[in-house]
Amino acid sequence: MSLVSIRDVRKSFGANEVLKGVSLDIAKGDVVAIIGRSGSGKSTLLRCINGLETYQSGSITADGIEVAGANTNLRELRRHVGMVFQQFNLFPHLTAAENVMLAPTVVNKVSKAEARATAAEVLAKVGLSEKMDAYPSELSGGQQQRVAIARSLAMRPKVLLCDEITSALDPELVNEVLRVVEQLAREGMTLILVTHEMRFARDVGTKLVFMHHGKVHEEGVPKEVFAAPRTPELQQFVGQVG
Amino acid sequence: MLQFSFWDILSNLLIATQWTIVLSLIAFFCGGIVGLILLFMRTSQIAPLEWFTKIYIEFFQGTPLLMQLFLFFFGIALFGVEVSPWTAATLALTFWTSAFLTEIWRGCVESIPKGQWEASSSLALSYIEQMRYVILPQASRIAIAPTVGFSVQVIKGTALASIIGFVELTKAGTMLNNATFRPFLVYSLVALIYFCLCFPLSWWAKKIEGRLNVAR
Repeated sequence: MSLVSIRDVRKSFGANEVLKGVSLDIAKGDVVAIIGRSGSGKSTLLRCINGLETYQSGSITADGIEVAGANTNLRELRRHVGMVFQQFNLFPHLTAAENVMLAPTVVNKVSKAEARATAAEVLAKVGLSEKMDAYPSELSGGQQQRVAIARSLAMRPKVLLCDEITSALDPELVNEVLRVVEQLAREGMTLILVTHEMRFARDVGTKLVFMHHGKVHEEGVPKEVFAAPRTPELQQFVGQVG
Repeated sequence: MLQFSFWDILSNLLIATQWTIVLSLIAFFCGGIVGLILLFMRTSQIAPLEWFTKIYIEFFQGTPLLMQLFLFFFGIALFGVEVSPWTAATLALTFWTSAFLTEIWRGCVESIPKGQWEASSSLALSYIEQMRYVILPQASRIAIAPTVGFSVQVIKGTALASIIGFVELTKAGTMLNNATFRPFLVYSLVALIYFCLCFPLSWWAKKIEGRLNVAR
């Protein structure tokens, strides 16, 4: 059974239909790279998976929970579905460790000591052990994004959604973040990434999804899809960004 | 006839000033508590709660404080409940203060970037938890200066309670004037005392604002 199942999802902002019937199945351990032009609906699709956006028809289930169900407890869903944003969105009034500790202590009612131990573990995983007590403003963009990843990991998510997480970074800082994501992929974390990093999508992804005009236009194994795009739209897209 | 010396006038005014201060403090703190509850309702995205607070705020911001004092003083009496000037003044000033504080604070909450809400939602925090741990700690820093600034309005607003017979600084001034027939002296002193109460607060608000502008 798939971990995330998306069935014929449609979503409009007013008269503008941005998702025109999207279906996708994501199994445990998949690393799905969603690519496409801006406005193709890829970020919107990602944000529908954890209920940050609503959709008008179709269905999405994540870890067996129907996202837009009438009685859905979004809080329960979000405990298992992490998200990392383009703009990091760290809490500026809290240190790196406190950012990581907040959800475990508040939502999962874990003790401070236990949460701090978890924070130390996940911050070590992203290579920021020595920055536990630094405030976000004292960290570089790459470091902030790694704290944001650690903050999601502290909740032990079953799937991690990454929304263009390197797009706001200076070019020299992109790799330190990608290395962390690659490490997670190797450890078997289920990842859904909206990304512009084609090389990363090809090398690390297990599945490539090309979105075009609100639909899944082409999907498959990244290396094969990149080597031989079937549709002219993807050929053109790969030609432009590759 | 009883003679009032300058010191008699001043000491009587200062005694009444205590009541201006007490009324201001009560209005400010009770108004702050009511305002905080209204703030949670106003930003809850639950339609009936939002509508209630909108109407509440429109009413208390859109009518003169003096009318509100009259409504509480005479209006509640219509239901057969005896209302002292003290109770009416406290209630009216509390509600009036809460309406303004809610709007000031809503502005501060809305100035927090949307990403903070999205990140905390994604971490499974509930609305109350988001406010408590993520939004208010940031918004309150921004809110201090305008809140302190508004407290000056509250102090000056208490002067209107004199009209329903509550003896605070302004009412004491009127009474002393009636007894001494020295309006210029009496009201100059009244104004000076108000200024001494308000100026430090305005000055403090300015100082906080300046400090926040250089903070990270």
